[in-house]
Amino acid sequence: MLAAERRPDPAPEDAGLLRFLTCGSVDDGKSTLIGRLLLDTRSILADALSAIERTSRRRGLERIDLSLLTDGLQAEREQGITIDVAYRYFSTGRRKYIIADAPGHEQYTRNMVTAASTADLAIILVDARKGLLTQTRRHATVAHLVGIPEVVVAINKMDLVGFSREVFDRLCAEYRDFAGRLGAGRTRFVPMSALDGDMVVERGERLPWYDGPTLLELLEEAPASGAAPAERLRFPVQWVCRPHTAEHHDYRGYMGRVESGRVRPGDEVVVLPSGSRTRVARVELHGQAIPEAVSGQSVTLLLADDVDVGRGDLIALAEDAPAPVRELAATVCWLGEAPLAPGRRYVIRHATREVPAVLGAIDHRLDVNTLDRHPAERLSMNDIGRITLRLARPLCPDRYADNRATGAFVVVDEATNDTVGAGMID
Amino acid sequence: MSASTAARALSHLDWLEAEAIHVLREVAGQCQSPALLFSGGKDSVCLLRLAEKAFRPGRFPFPLLHIDTGHNYPEVIAFRDRRAAELGERLLVRSVEASIAAGRVVLAHEGESRNKHQSVTLLDAVAELELDACIGGARRDEEKARAKERVFSFRDEFGQWDPKRQRPELWSLYNARIRRGEHIRAFPISNWTELDVWQYIARERLELPSIYFAHQREVVRRGAALVPVTPLTPPRPGDRVERRSVRFRTVGDITCTAPVESTARTVEEIVAETAATTVTERGATRLDDQTSDASMEQRKKEGYF
Repeated sequence: MLAAERRPDPAPEDAGLLRFLTCGSVDDGKSTLIGRLLLDTRSILADALSAIERTSRRRGLERIDLSLLTDGLQAEREQGITIDVAYRYFSTGRRKYIIADAPGHEQYTRNMVTAASTADLAIILVDARKGLLTQTRRHATVAHLVGIPEVVVAINKMDLVGFSREVFDRLCAEYRDFAGRLGAGRTRFVPMSALDGDMVVERGERLPWYDGPTLLELLEEAPASGAAPAERLRFPVQWVCRPHTAEHHDYRGYMGRVESGRVRPGDEVVVLPSGSRTRVARVELHGQAIPEAVSGQSVTLLLADDVDVGRGDLIALAEDAPAPVRELAATVCWLGEAPLAPGRRYVIRHATREVPAVLGAIDHRLDVNTLDRHPAERLSMNDIGRITLRLARPLCPDRYADNRATGAFVVVDEATNDTVGAGMID
Repeated sequence: MSASTAARALSHLDWLEAEAIHVLREVAGQCQSPALLFSGGKDSVCLLRLAEKAFRPGRFPFPLLHIDTGHNYPEVIAFRDRRAAELGERLLVRSVEASIAAGRVVLAHEGESRNKHQSVTLLDAVAELELDACIGGARRDEEKARAKERVFSFRDEFGQWDPKRQRPELWSLYNARIRRGEHIRAFPISNWTELDVWQYIARERLELPSIYFAHQREVVRRGAALVPVTPLTPPRPGDRVERRSVRFRTVGDITCTAPVESTARTVEEIVAETAATTVTERGATRLDDQTSDASMEQRKKEGYF
């Protein structure tokens, strides 16, 4: 083994990594689109391709069913549906992609939220013949709630509407109107035929009136994971390193990932929730001092003073630290089979900290189809609502709108240990 | 890193590395008694480097554990022992051979692949060592069932994976809470592909067992696969033994791991070959995953890694 050497700088063409999810109604062509992306970026290897060719032939199909690439589990093949999030990978040489393949069925909204939580971009598929459906609106709403920065609306199956520009323009206008009511941010539109491949990776020749980017071009240009992080330093402590060796007798390193912002030696920091103040003495990556760590990097911080720091604490710059709270107001997507109800004991996991919590109140349940708010006694699986939680010990959160890492939490049921809720702090 | 590069996103390998380190530290932070499964193979070699980056200058907060089928290439075992010694970390070995001797594993026939029997030995080791987490180098790109598995994968007291009852995994908030007897399988390089692994090995200049690189070896052609001629896999009557330049893309139980034809003698050449390959890693090299579309899923439900 050679000693750790200075790493070469990333290749200039490395545009980092992009995580995206595909969503839309059942039969809008999600699986086919993913298959098409993989096929046309040459990410499907010959043996995998010949396997789905065989299966397609056996089922009497005239051409390869690209959706066979994505439905992997026995129950999925038996029932012809997707029951869980799957992750797929492809690379264009310039950028690596992680696709979260989220199921379209309504009863699996929680899986859509799961996939959306880590996505930098959402592709919302619309069937050009059917237009915006309930499930399209639902997924657009969830994508917006979960704070996905970029949304691409793919008007699919253009081959079935004669590649009509009027249909495309009308559906774009309809979506823009809905997105406006949601308060959603930047949305891009692309007409396509995932089945034949027009405007996915190749432009094709049948949409001459469309001179915008192909879907892949939109993906290649989108800001990479962690490229536009929140400015404020948030460093949740995962692990305290105390080697107790002769060489590192007094070494005390606080290990974690920079969730947002940046940190440099000399920075005035505060350790939360205790409030102790000190300075960063050194930032290390694999034992080597580095001048700065940025959002997304897993590093080690050494502090100037011997303050008390443990797993679950949060290090922030002294001038813009979040305040400790004993109550959380949040939008929650309920994931558990048993409903969210008063009286049950829960544990909140926020960054690296866990605190016991009880339900304060359910302010309302959101109808994600109409965006109407209804009073509710409980939240059932797949419900989204606004709640308040009372915490047994303080947390130092941010608003989710300001910081997806420190504005989020999960709810764990103390009795079953299951993850039963996904929370976004107001 | 200068201020001007800070606004730029991390390169894809930097991002994958940072995520894997985060996962390793979450295992250490949440679990009382984890172990890192180290076989000497390329994925677990990456895990060791990631563990160094996660925990040095401290010691690893877990031992290394190898579930030894007894059907390993000697180069790989020698490499395994040397790496553990160089790192100064504790290596535990539990063997399928011992499970057979104890009657815990019953082979259908002497030459049977021991790959699937690793599950028994692994679960026995989990019980014996009272492990609450096993860290492994499995990747989601390897196989369809793996593509569905969580980074922190809950296993019940029988080690079983139930794809319908997985814990939702949101943001990077992993949940390792378990009851006694249950455990977590944690996969820090879930999001890596075979190419990412080779690019990382190249970037970090990681050493590997020699059989990953092109070498001359006696093989027999069976269908699409090249079967190595070894004492465990002797030629059958009528087989034509050829000497060819081959390398292993994946290294495991001799009886079910096949090499591919290659002249790639350096990591850089392997990276180029991997980027251009037309055959999946398992398609080319595994003789046991093809029995049915769902063989991996079935084995995982039974506690397989």
